[in-house]
Amino acid sequence: MTAVTAVTGTRVLEPYESLSLSEVLSRCRDLVEDPDFPTVARWRRDGGKVIGHFEVYFPEEIAHAAGALPFKVRGAPVEARQGESHFGSYLCSILKTSLELVLSNRVELDMFVSHPICDSARNLAAIWGRNVEYPCEILYLPQNANSGHAAAYLRGEYGRLARQIEAVTGHAITDDDLRASLAVFNENRRLLRELYEIKRATPWQLAVDEAYVLMAVGGMIPREEHNALLAWALPKIRERAGVPQDRMRLVFEGGFCEQPPLDLLSTIAKFSYVVDDDLLIGLRWITEDVPIGDDPLADLAVSYLERSSYSPVQHDLRKPKEKMLVERIRNAGAGAAIITAAKMCEPGLDEVVAYVKALDEEGIPYFVSEFEERMTNFDNLQVQLETFIENLLFA
Amino acid sequence: MSTKASTTASPYAPPAGPSDDARATSLVGRGNKEGNRLFRSWFSELTTAQERGEKAAYVFVMGSMAELLRVFDFHTIFPEVNGLQTAVRHVADDYIAKAEDYGFSTDVCGYVKADIGLQFRGGEHPMGTIPPPALSVYTNACNTYIKWAEIWERLYGVPIFTLDIPGTRRSGGQTWPGSADFANDLRYVRGQIDELIGVCETVSGKRFDIDKLREIMGYANRMSVAWKRLIELNKSTPAVYNAVTDGTVYLGMANGFRGREEGARYFEDLVEELEYKAAHGIGSPFEEKYRLVFVGVPCYPIFRRFGEMFSEWGGTFVGSTYLWFASGGANMGFEYDLDRPLDSLAEGVLVTVRDAMDAMFYSNTLLADMIEPFDIDGVVYHPIKSCRTVSTGLADSRRALMEQTDVATLFIESDHMDKRVVSEAQLKNRIDAFFEGLATRRQHRAAQVVRQGREG
Repeated sequence: MTAVTAVTGTRVLEPYESLSLSEVLSRCRDLVEDPDFPTVARWRRDGGKVIGHFEVYFPEEIAHAAGALPFKVRGAPVEARQGESHFGSYLCSILKTSLELVLSNRVELDMFVSHPICDSARNLAAIWGRNVEYPCEILYLPQNANSGHAAAYLRGEYGRLARQIEAVTGHAITDDDLRASLAVFNENRRLLRELYEIKRATPWQLAVDEAYVLMAVGGMIPREEHNALLAWALPKIRERAGVPQDRMRLVFEGGFCEQPPLDLLSTIAKFSYVVDDDLLIGLRWITEDVPIGDDPLADLAVSYLERSSYSPVQHDLRKPKEKMLVERIRNAGAGAAIITAAKMCEPGLDEVVAYVKALDEEGIPYFVSEFEERMTNFDNLQVQLETFIENLLFA
Repeated sequence: MSTKASTTASPYAPPAGPSDDARATSLVGRGNKEGNRLFRSWFSELTTAQERGEKAAYVFVMGSMAELLRVFDFHTIFPEVNGLQTAVRHVADDYIAKAEDYGFSTDVCGYVKADIGLQFRGGEHPMGTIPPPALSVYTNACNTYIKWAEIWERLYGVPIFTLDIPGTRRSGGQTWPGSADFANDLRYVRGQIDELIGVCETVSGKRFDIDKLREIMGYANRMSVAWKRLIELNKSTPAVYNAVTDGTVYLGMANGFRGREEGARYFEDLVEELEYKAAHGIGSPFEEKYRLVFVGVPCYPIFRRFGEMFSEWGGTFVGSTYLWFASGGANMGFEYDLDRPLDSLAEGVLVTVRDAMDAMFYSNTLLADMIEPFDIDGVVYHPIKSCRTVSTGLADSRRALMEQTDVATLFIESDHMDKRVVSEAQLKNRIDAFFEGLATRRQHRAAQVVRQGREG
């Protein structure tokens, strides 16, 4: 076991090493669907600090370097009884359920950070700040990714964020702390790339919902523990028996912020292979190792801009989203795409139009749908999807 | 016409005298008339711009960068202004439908869809013809600006430039010159302005002229000073203008004529008119019974009726967050230092656009500060489906304001473009009930004063 997978501090997962892979996947599923986030509670019970960060990307390494648990706030399948009253109509669900988690004391945080990813989310720090006692603030990731000044600015912004996190945790972050954290997260990125490589190469060994829970659990446990879990699970996935079936290879697009219900992913997995997706893309935003040099915050800042994926909430002239999607489909050897957007998600809905036009031009079949994290009925969707796929398979 | 003794002493107001009638005739109402005339002339200029081979930059109200774009003789086109004009003139549905036919969801911003419809109609607009963009320059004050510009990039293949303005990180956490964090933000904005100059030179084929910039910034300074004074002047009783109905005219002028001599002169004249009204206790054409603040964006599909629903009860909007954020933070009265124009432009854009964002995200503290000096009876929140930037935080902001003050509030939802989301009857019911509540409050307070008088 290396330093990047060694779990030395609080362990928040129940021991799983003696269990079967499917039992562990089932546990991960329970954790991902549990609106009480027991791993976060365990961490906090042992005196750990929790930095909650809203979708999409957050430089978790900085929180980690301060000894805190970076917790990915991504809503939950709960009824927003209190959260609803803080918002008007016509808004996506994730805003309301995320606030619900803290107003109902399901999750306790020590700091909350949101980003101006969209018109709704940019209001969140102000809304949370009016309702909780701990610091709530906005991290201004650069929206002009093409400026020659963006990296230097982001280096400064990360420095500012580090000072705020130091104040919350009482831990002065050193460059060595940051370098150690970068190494842990580089290993995590490597393991997640391996997970996705399995999806692409042998998708019959790993369904989209299984891969999802293995990845998503990383947003709520210490990253060393996630690394250890992935290092344990990946060989077992590769050893899984199974034969390729005559199923359509698909790319799922539209899960960059609000997450589709797991049952929706399971429905899709019943009759297709999802060979790539943008689910929780923030956890995989940086696509390569972050170089570890003299100025780790600068290394992290440059990587955000130069070694990164794409999403509807980042504008980068070098990465037109529709071209990136076509590339994702081609690279994954997919024959079609499921293009989705969360209900009331303006950037997602805007992008659907561009995606559809591009796919038409490329002659790539697609299925368009909207979802909501709290939806529970998938019958219609299943029938429509099955029809779509049958049409393709038997065309 | 409502006339009462003014509560705001104006140092500029002439003494009342025999020539007042003539002066009132020439002054009162001049701003709206002149605003409408200039507004039409602006659209006429845009209509013939292409024939003259002049280029247009598509920009937005929060950080238009008109100062810089005018150096290169770009016309500034405001799709938000174009959009609201289609709604006010009751043709927005046709434009929106075109965009929805193309694939845009019913849940996408109505401004965006009206503009897409306009582009598909070759720029045909009720007020003229809108030329296509040669480039687009926009800030991140609204994320939809960015998504919108991406659409033009796809439609026309024109350069688009995001001027990224870091906003306030937390409530009350604004930084200022002298702070390292402010310096980091400022360096970023300043650097982007240099990059934007390069883009403008390429697209326009013209060299940057710093003296021309200085002249334009001088006009912007005059407008900025006047805009700040305009907002202060509504502390007068009665209010000297309606911040929603008249305010929308002023906003059109502030954006369309920013950095132009006509714009500077218009606002100086307008302030003269309003000073006169304040000094002579001249208000709106109906009796002012309740002084209100408006939070959000007006309901343009029924704009006149929307205003009447309040004015019929004697409600006047003396303030509006719209006048803050949709003027790009001009309410700060920021004046550029013309001795160091580029540095000052960066600083001005940073603090004013940031202020515009604060007016949307942290409005509760700003509104609480208005209640007493503007003698506010009620705050009307009007979140709209289309604009999540403005609307997402309003319900929570209202809760906070109600904890901070005992001012009456009203929360009504509709849209600024899409008639399908506007229910006039429901709006009226809620508004009527609000005013009945205000009347009851006033009676209770009067009774309380009488009781205290008897006991005292």
